[in-house]
Amino acid sequence: MALQRANPGVHLKESWAVQRRVIWALLLREILTRYGRHNIGFLWVFAEPMLFTLGVTVLWTAMKSFHGSSLPIVAFALTGYSSVLLWRNMPSRCIGAIEPNLSLLYHRNVRPIDIFLSRLLLEASGATMSLVFLSLVFIFVGSLSPPEDVLQVIIAWLMLTWFGMSLALIIGGLSEDSETVEKLWHPAAYFIFPLSGAAYLVDTLPTSIQRLVLYLPMVNGVEYLREGWFGSRIVAHYDLGYLAWTNALLTLVGLAQVAKVSRNVIPE
Amino acid sequence: MIRLSNVGKSYRTRSGIVQVLDGVNMTVSPGERLGILGRNGSGKSTLIRLISGAERPTCGTVERQMSVSWPLAFGGAFQGSLTGLDNLRFICRIYDVDPEEKVSFVQDFSELGLYLNEPVKSYSSGMRARLAFAISMVVEFDCFLIDEIVAVGDARFHDKCNYELFERRGDRAMIIVSHFPEYIRLHCTRAAVLLKGGLVHTASIDDAFAIYDEERAFAA
Repeated sequence: MALQRANPGVHLKESWAVQRRVIWALLLREILTRYGRHNIGFLWVFAEPMLFTLGVTVLWTAMKSFHGSSLPIVAFALTGYSSVLLWRNMPSRCIGAIEPNLSLLYHRNVRPIDIFLSRLLLEASGATMSLVFLSLVFIFVGSLSPPEDVLQVIIAWLMLTWFGMSLALIIGGLSEDSETVEKLWHPAAYFIFPLSGAAYLVDTLPTSIQRLVLYLPMVNGVEYLREGWFGSRIVAHYDLGYLAWTNALLTLVGLAQVAKVSRNVIPE
Repeated sequence: MIRLSNVGKSYRTRSGIVQVLDGVNMTVSPGERLGILGRNGSGKSTLIRLISGAERPTCGTVERQMSVSWPLAFGGAFQGSLTGLDNLRFICRIYDVDPEEKVSFVQDFSELGLYLNEPVKSYSSGMRARLAFAISMVVEFDCFLIDEIVAVGDARFHDKCNYELFERRGDRAMIIVSHFPEYIRLHCTRAAVLLKGGLVHTASIDDAFAIYDEERAFAA
């Protein structure tokens, strides 16, 4: 294979420094092209997901959405919809991510994986800031109780983020091979949404169906997150090991697909 | 030193696999200026992209033991929706150069004035070329890759570019691809010809021209 990123003898540490620089530059570029310098500019990074979550919270509250537990709807919508942002928006942002950046691939150190990672970082930080900010506001006005186990919430959030990222690498990578992927992903995401655990607690389902929905990796993450947040007030069902193994497998497949894209990409 | 060993590149197209380059070997030492002649579609730009590392060869190896520029051309490597200054900052970040030190140089050299704060997609092709060249001179490399850099701009701008590239950076290695023979004769120390996917090295620039002309006559 050809030497791609660095001269021989250049240490791993330096490659890492290069990669960090490139991802940071791409991230700033992405913020500028997506949100521009007008009005609130980069604040849209988290204002946008926040508006979504807020809208869903209001809608579910107004409809007195049935979720089969004693949890307040605000708490339910915030934890549920925020996790949807991770597994749904990250793949959507990675579809067709390379094409508008083809001209940047003239620079040897800019690789497709950097383009994907910069978009994923931006998406993840937007969803995270939105969750933190809205939680603080709802806790402050008294419509949400603080998490019982903050560490468990953080771990659950990280696991869900990892899931979203690995799925995004696969979907994004495949979309470079075939336009059909984009056509299929949007309806798929739409149909998975009601199954994803955002809008129900597994415990309220019949036992036979519980086993089935827990095959969806993100359901395990959402349940774990809610157990961390509400603790004894709900009965959570999850298998964190299953989520971890699926994430690891999806990551491997995703990285392989992105490597394949890297080999075949032609700068504009 | 840059060394290509047995490099081949093929692309998958609708009508099957097309072999653009096959068994290309070359070595460029520090300070050398190699001109590569080739007709349109002979694979010059592909070769330059392989040398730069922007694309990977299908087979063979590319070794770079000195810092090598991106393929300098009067166009690519920009993001149209960003302003000229944002593009400058992006490239500076990637190559670890302090952008603020370079702003005044780019302003002076490109003569774009207030347009530096406008999106690149609103530029004319001449303006784009001026920006591209100015930004290319912001990062220092041991070897510059130059892809058809002649045919743009008025004579004065042309002179400015030549001064920056060939006089101020006269000690650097360069690989220049062109189908303008005069440009290569003027600026290169040796030349090679891309012929049917292979690179033919010659003893002198004149020999390279002889092969190139013969091939051109044959094709015509």
